[in-house]
Amino acid sequence: MASMTETVTARDEPGTATSASALAEPNAEPSRRTRRARQDSAKRARTLLLSAISIAAGIGVWWLLSSIGFKLPSPADVVVRGWELTVDGTLGADLVASLTRVLVGFALGTIVAIPVGFLMGWYAWARGLIEPWIQFFRTIPPLAIIPLAIVLLGIGEEPKILVIFLAAFFACVISTFQGVVNVDRTLINAARVLGTKDAGIFVRVVVPASVPFILVGMRVGLGAAWATLVAAELIAAQQGLGYRMQQAQLYYDLPTIFVGLIVIGVLGLVMDRLLLLAEKKLTGWQERR
Amino acid sequence: MTTTTPTAGGPRISVRNVTRTFDLKGEEFVALDDVSLDVADNEFITVVGPSGCGKSTLMNILAGLDTPTSGEALVDGRPVTGPGPDRGVIFQQYALFPWLTVRKNVEFGLKTAGLSAKDRREKAEHFIEMVGLGEFADALPKMLSGGMKQRCAIARAYAVDPSILLMDEPFGALDALTRVKLQEQLLDTWSREKRTVMFITHDVDEAVFLANRVVVMAARPGRIYDVIDVELPGPRTEDLRLSPEFTELRNRVWSAVYHQTPGRRVDATHRAIAPSPTAVA
Repeated sequence: MASMTETVTARDEPGTATSASALAEPNAEPSRRTRRARQDSAKRARTLLLSAISIAAGIGVWWLLSSIGFKLPSPADVVVRGWELTVDGTLGADLVASLTRVLVGFALGTIVAIPVGFLMGWYAWARGLIEPWIQFFRTIPPLAIIPLAIVLLGIGEEPKILVIFLAAFFACVISTFQGVVNVDRTLINAARVLGTKDAGIFVRVVVPASVPFILVGMRVGLGAAWATLVAAELIAAQQGLGYRMQQAQLYYDLPTIFVGLIVIGVLGLVMDRLLLLAEKKLTGWQERR
Repeated sequence: MTTTTPTAGGPRISVRNVTRTFDLKGEEFVALDDVSLDVADNEFITVVGPSGCGKSTLMNILAGLDTPTSGEALVDGRPVTGPGPDRGVIFQQYALFPWLTVRKNVEFGLKTAGLSAKDRREKAEHFIEMVGLGEFADALPKMLSGGMKQRCAIARAYAVDPSILLMDEPFGALDALTRVKLQEQLLDTWSREKRTVMFITHDVDEAVFLANRVVVMAARPGRIYDVIDVELPGPRTEDLRLSPEFTELRNRVWSAVYHQTPGRRVDATHRAIAPSPTAVA
């Protein structure tokens, strides 16, 4: 038996077999592989260099504009204000307050959205019951809920978390639902003919097959949550990046507004990259064309 | 028609007067029209026919993924009510779980059956070796070529030890060279680990090369057009394809597939082949 099968591996599909065995044996054809790796890293270095140049040029233009009389603080002013706010602890406290709101709202939104999305995708009755509500409320910007939230929930943390929750929830629920609906029927049939029953198919086929969709939904949801934050913090907040910028506006304090904007941008980017990393880890099995 | 009792010599698969119609925008499409067929234990039959002749529908009914509009499909004398591990299915699109390695794919059905991790691993190992994927056991499907993917799917189907293998154009998406190699390998595996095989194809050469019996189907309505026994001298190797016997059979099947007389149909049950013995007690 062994002899026959071995010859098959050796002869069968020459092109693909070699490329696959190169993957399986990292030491195959070392010279070509290292050359390839060197080319890749050179390319990456060039891209990084270009990005750095672009950022430096942008800051240069900003500096120039502020020095020829536009009503902008100079980069130096912003750095100084950023330092001041960091040293007196204001920035840290604002950061913690804002991040807590976003993460709590986002986490709750995702935790509720995933099961609801699965329910809608798996059971036609659940879809019929839930979908009209989701489609309707989805069209209302979460910010438009703020007046209602204040009347119902007061001016504490709850209304702020509620609107962030809504923003994250709607993005993620639609995506999860799509993921379940899009599961390849052949995979479900393949599991069925191997004797797997509905519960097993759900856990072992539908859930893993939906993960890429869920992660995309989470990324969109996080973006939406972050975007809703500043407005949510206009609701009589005592702390937070949005509140700080709102205060600065009253006093015509442009450097503080800039510090707030930059911090929000950088944090959003970092969180998105973290999710992207998780996505790469969890969905590396996907065939990309 | 009474349900036959499972007997040692009885057919493994019996299709009895199966009709399957679909509603296509208000119009009735007859995918299968009163089809009857028997397949003996350890027989290798191929089903060949033009598109729309209902060959995949027939397979889906036997797999339990579809139900007949009338008539019944029996396996070992019992009506098919749903999919089960006694009938392994191999799909044209491979249908490997892309997030699982070759090993985990092969273990999938064993896990369903409740085997321990150790037993699963041992069994999977055996069948992965059988199809020659030993060094790719821990590779993900995306790293495999089409032929390797289908070998993995064959190992996965074999692992749950089905008595019947239903193969729906398994090599249809592969290049000609790979297809020929896999045909030989499949026969080799089959001769070692005998199973009752129903293999669907639209490739006449493939149908003749693999089969004990070729079932030719016709479309509109989907029916069995002819049944051709394949008796070939010697082992089924590359050389056989050049023999006059092979060529003659292939030409017969070819003309049955491509020059069909409208309305012709045959009964492919065993009682039609051998006159039914009087009163089987």
